[in-house]
Amino acid sequence: MRLQIATRIALYAILDLASGPGPQLSSGEIAARFGISVNHLSKVLAVLVRAGLVESLRGAGGGYRFRGNARRVTLLEVIRLFEDVDPGTRTDGDAASSSPEGRALRRVLDEIDDIARATLGSITLATLLKLVEEQAGAAPTREPRRRGMPGRA
Amino acid sequence: MPIPNAPLSPRAPGDVRVRAARPSDLPAAVALDAEDTGEAKPAYWKARYQWYAGRHPDRFFLVAERRGKVLGFIVGEVRAWEFGSPPAGWVFAIHVKRDGRQHGLGTVLFDAICERFRRAGAQHVRTMVAKDAPLILSFFRSLGMMAGPFMQLERRLAP
Repeated sequence: MRLQIATRIALYAILDLASGPGPQLSSGEIAARFGISVNHLSKVLAVLVRAGLVESLRGAGGGYRFRGNARRVTLLEVIRLFEDVDPGTRTDGDAASSSPEGRALRRVLDEIDDIARATLGSITLATLLKLVEEQAGAAPTREPRRRGMPGRA
Repeated sequence: MPIPNAPLSPRAPGDVRVRAARPSDLPAAVALDAEDTGEAKPAYWKARYQWYAGRHPDRFFLVAERRGKVLGFIVGEVRAWEFGSPPAGWVFAIHVKRDGRQHGLGTVLFDAICERFRRAGAQHVRTMVAKDAPLILSFFRSLGMMAGPFMQLERRLAP
């Protein structure tokens, strides 16, 4: 499964913002951490703000702040803001897709999508942040911004 | 020699204690299950208790209690060589009182049974969760559980 670039940027940004208590972050700070375009990030952040997952703070020292529950918000909730991953909404776009062969193939592909949705719907931001910690401990590539864990289940 | 159901010092929140279940815990276990499933199944849990809480070195029925009140329970066993798998701990059921959730009770129960699985020779812990039960899936995920090397397959049996 591959996620679109906007979706991946959204996940990086929201993980950064949810990674612990602390001051808000500017889009420039987040963009610099992940080596992404500020323009692209700003559009993604606007979607997260509209969804109520991120708060935009104006004025001097303003920026963005996570405002959800990291132990409840799942990856699937964030992904759904940017791409369609729900069953029955995708067409294969070829005439043969309605043939018995096409429908049989779709059944197998739907099974894969179903597993992917269940996986993404079960991993919260807090859980992914634990995996981030593990990865950072196993192969430190950059200094984490902050290390506070959102809490235990 | 593994010592099943021996007292542990789990990372319990507050004065919560994890111990082996007793017959007198059954009504609380039935009530906790009914709280989640909407159906009280006393005969079923009595049979499960007899199977899991006896003097078997690889079966565990543990409860978390505070001041004598049962707040949750976990059930599991070490099973070996099914599906070609070396000994692994299987968590078969876990329930935590609704108003006691979000306080680490489930984690304490899980840690306690994992410690017993380790003592019984298991190197992995497994469970099976419905795909449409995101809360319990998220709970196990938060404990570091990932997809394992097996896939569950099934088909409908023709009538």
